[in-house]
Amino acid sequence: MKSAVITFPGSNCDRDMDVALKKFGFKNKMVWHQDVELPKSDLVVLPGGFSYGDYLRCGSMASKSTIMQSVINFANSGGMVMGICNGFQILVETGLVPGVLLRNKYLEFICKNVFVKINNKNNGYFKNISNDVLELHIAHNEGNYFCTNDQLKEIEDNAQVAINYCDPNGKIEEPFNPNGSIKNIAGIFNKKKNVLGMMPHPERMIDSSLSGEDGSYFFKNLINNLK
Amino acid sequence: MKISVIITLKKDVLDPQGKVIHQALDGMGFSDVNEVRQGKYFEIDTKENDSKKAKDKVEEMCKKLLANLVIENYKIIDAQ
Repeated sequence: MKSAVITFPGSNCDRDMDVALKKFGFKNKMVWHQDVELPKSDLVVLPGGFSYGDYLRCGSMASKSTIMQSVINFANSGGMVMGICNGFQILVETGLVPGVLLRNKYLEFICKNVFVKINNKNNGYFKNISNDVLELHIAHNEGNYFCTNDQLKEIEDNAQVAINYCDPNGKIEEPFNPNGSIKNIAGIFNKKKNVLGMMPHPERMIDSSLSGEDGSYFFKNLINNLK
Repeated sequence: MKISVIITLKKDVLDPQGKVIHQALDGMGFSDVNEVRQGKYFEIDTKENDSKKAKDKVEEMCKKLLANLVIENYKIIDAQ
């Protein structure tokens, strides 16, 4: 399976993502934001970081960079596009997924492990995964998911919520919401479920000697789904 | 021609920074403040000399980049 990770000026999780994808069997290519064409890929990843120094609004400048037109076309033709953290912020700025990511409710940069519950397994990302809850890492200042009431209704009607912040047992309640996101939303799909944006970093949880291994379940399952 | 734009958060969007600024003002003794909302201000110097055309272009800039219309409103305040 082939993947591509886009590097923007200020991306800093691009190489972690490259390591993670290769570890689980992807043939990964790094793609520079000024490139015009995407290499032939089964999965395109917009990595975490601080593209363009978070100027104007997080992800807003990156969403207008040259390569993004190809990424948008790829997504619109059904290709799998995943945005992690800043990548999620870029996705909302392109309009590929609904809503926005505001400043965290308590104005803190949050860097810690959280638990997320998988809300929808009827898609290429989570189909067949045996876990219901994953322990993943978050590190962000603007992860407070917000959308209008009309958008929220549409998102829920179409089962577009991918993952919610929860406790270790999968209980989705306000005390386990780190950043003020509406309905504890940590990740969201587009309507067709081929585009996924999420704040947590699965690529940081692929080694027991570093932080944890729950990200491994995600990647192992993802590549199997793509085969 | 110079055109100014003010971007503000929509009414029902939480503004945690504005809230903290409000609290700080309170602590400094400015106790009669009802609310503080933080926004952004842009000055755009354009080659276009026709005020109507320049404003239309800036409006397009607002919609496409300067503002995120899910959470923000924009106001083009003057052309000079």
